[in-house]
Amino acid sequence: MIIFASCIILFLIGLYAIVTKRNLIKIAIGFALIEYSVNLLFALIGFRRDALAPIITQLNVPHKFVDPIPQALVLTAIVIALGTTALMLTVILRIYNRYKTFDIAEIKKLRG
Amino acid sequence: MPFIPLFFALPLFTAFLIPILAKIYKPLVWILTILVSFILFIVALYGVAATHHIPMIVYKMGNWPPPLGIVMAYDSFSAFMSLIISIIVFTCSLFSVRFLNPYTGKWKFYTLFMLMTAGMMGMVITGDLFNMFVFLEIAAISSYALVAFGLEPEQLEGSFKYMVMGEIGGLTFLLAIAFIYAKTSTLNLADIASSLQMVRHTTFFWTALGIIIFAFSIKAALVPFHSWCPDAYPAAPAPISGLLAGICTKVFGIYTIARLVFNIFGLTRSSEPMFFDFLIGAGLLSIVFAGLTALNQKDYKRLLAYSSISQVGFIMLGFGIGNYYGVLGAIFYILAHSFAKALLFLTSGSVVNATGSRDIKKLAGLGERMPTTAWSFRIGALSVIGLPPLVGFFAKLFIILGAIKAGYLWLAIVTGGLSILSLAYLLKIENNVFMKKSKIKAKESPFTMRVSMVFLVILIVIVGIAFQQIIDTLIGPATQALLRGLEYSHLVFSYFSMNF
Amino acid sequence: MKGMSLIVKTITNIIIGFIFIYGLYIILHGHLTPGGGFAGGVIIAGAFVVRFLAFGSEMSSEKKLSKTASVFESIGGLLFIGIAILGLFLAGTFFLNFLPKGTPLHLWSAGIIPFCNIAIGIKVGAGLFSIFLALAAIKYVMEE
Repeated sequence: MIIFASCIILFLIGLYAIVTKRNLIKIAIGFALIEYSVNLLFALIGFRRDALAPIITQLNVPHKFVDPIPQALVLTAIVIALGTTALMLTVILRIYNRYKTFDIAEIKKLRG
Repeated sequence: MPFIPLFFALPLFTAFLIPILAKIYKPLVWILTILVSFILFIVALYGVAATHHIPMIVYKMGNWPPPLGIVMAYDSFSAFMSLIISIIVFTCSLFSVRFLNPYTGKWKFYTLFMLMTAGMMGMVITGDLFNMFVFLEIAAISSYALVAFGLEPEQLEGSFKYMVMGEIGGLTFLLAIAFIYAKTSTLNLADIASSLQMVRHTTFFWTALGIIIFAFSIKAALVPFHSWCPDAYPAAPAPISGLLAGICTKVFGIYTIARLVFNIFGLTRSSEPMFFDFLIGAGLLSIVFAGLTALNQKDYKRLLAYSSISQVGFIMLGFGIGNYYGVLGAIFYILAHSFAKALLFLTSGSVVNATGSRDIKKLAGLGERMPTTAWSFRIGALSVIGLPPLVGFFAKLFIILGAIKAGYLWLAIVTGGLSILSLAYLLKIENNVFMKKSKIKAKESPFTMRVSMVFLVILIVIVGIAFQQIIDTLIGPATQALLRGLEYSHLVFSYFSMNF
Repeated sequence: MKGMSLIVKTITNIIIGFIFIYGLYIILHGHLTPGGGFAGGVIIAGAFVVRFLAFGSEMSSEKKLSKTASVFESIGGLLFIGIAILGLFLAGTFFLNFLPKGTPLHLWSAGIIPFCNIAIGIKVGAGLFSIFLALAAIKYVMEE
């Protein structure tokens, strides 16, 4: 139970970083923290006591296995997070080339 | 004829084919895009006709039966959404043929466009919770890249703000999936529906529902999570603004909230009145706040963005009323607002293409030089305000009827009165941009751009005049599909034992 | 972009062959051991990144590399969707496992899964290399 609560705390720390920090790169790091916490929560949900990793090495040897579905979901979620992080970093680099600053308070061409 | 996987397989195949075709012969790219959108429109029409005989069509991917494998559950509400998506995608792709002339690397635009179509189509037809998340992220990442397409400073800034807020919504949805999987051990939507009934009204139920509503309110741009919307819509190129405002907020946010609240969590007006009153309150907040902020905007597209936020509040109001006429009005409003708002953003693209500026104070007197654009704007604005016999009037009429039938007479009067706000801010654009004496040199837009705008105008007028037939064939079955509630899971499971 | 010193270039010449073969092993045994298409693709992209970092753009310019990576990415994606649509036409359901399944725990088993893994491996490898070029060589991309 304490492990699940610490995953939620990590999620909230990442959310705090996105909301309060002014540097663009620190916002991207906040996203990485959120993604780690959600993937960790998923992988921990599939745990069963006294069970092996879900790989079949010999046939007809029944044994308890850890739940394999959350592991497949975590794999997909990591790939999606990779795509998002790559796009975010490219946009940040191009913003730096145009505005010459990483500070989010200076980037306000759109207002009204 | 298994037509259901065509909805997302065909745009995906086209998206991967376009980079190779762009090296051979450039005009093939947009010809292929328009052809594929037209084929999707025909398949969506066939799907709407097919769901008249069979209330729900279930398609197993790779022949794995549910709940072991991923299934596609296609009922009338999905058919309705896929039809609207295909119409708006076809119109915007037709518009973007000439609009993209000043941009470089045009084939990248069409690849991302087809990927976004595949993501949205996959989202509305899937019957599996994690599959919905994957398609949501495919479409969302493509839309972040499309908003930043021109690489101007404004576009990069708008895209970054949109990306941060959209990703927070998406990752919070993933957290909710983790909670639901921990409790129910399954990812199939029908199975989750039957498992969640055993834990109804516990703390876990309301926590999961609260996290899901928070995640999708960010995506649907409901107040107070709307702040990405007035920055992303003006910055994007005009066909992408039309697509975003026309369907993206509705597919990502409104469709998922409606599907999860009515069919999966199984909430009805009679058993949880407080939750539906909360939805009505959220809708009213959006309408009033965004409508008032729209009154002192000086940027053409930013005003239209605040107008979009306001109109999405009407849809939430309709869902919150909860009886047959309320939900009918809300779904009809989805159709009316998609056509009208996409048309208004396309007219803004036409103005930007001709004059190069979006400032209302500087533009004047374009009404006599660009008659097609001006009349398209007038018809679209009249539909948003709600003038008969255009389609927006009937949508608002059904929402008001639903409010009266549920006993909320004050709500009916307030809804009618709030339409005056729409009249106020749309009249501002009409007066400043299209009336007055002409000071700027401007030419009328090229032929394909005019054709796409006139196509939407004709659709708005025809659907408005023939509203009774549209309700019988399209909107009525969609409302019944939503209000069926937990019958959804029975229909999915019994599909394979029924014989037709 | 300049390359690195002579020692780094010599070691890289020896090492990238091994990295590539290791990535290919993880892709091909995806249905027997952990890993599969995505992890193997990342390792293959790593081989290309190490070569680019060590040799700089003296051997081949970024534009040509970027175009080649784009073509390979499209081929990988088309292969994956093509296998899924072939399942639709040849055997009736989208994504059906229509190849013979063989004996379990051997290399030639499990139907279409090894081919899907190879397609994903090509696509992920090429895609990650394009991302690396877009992020690292941005000075050159901006001058166009």
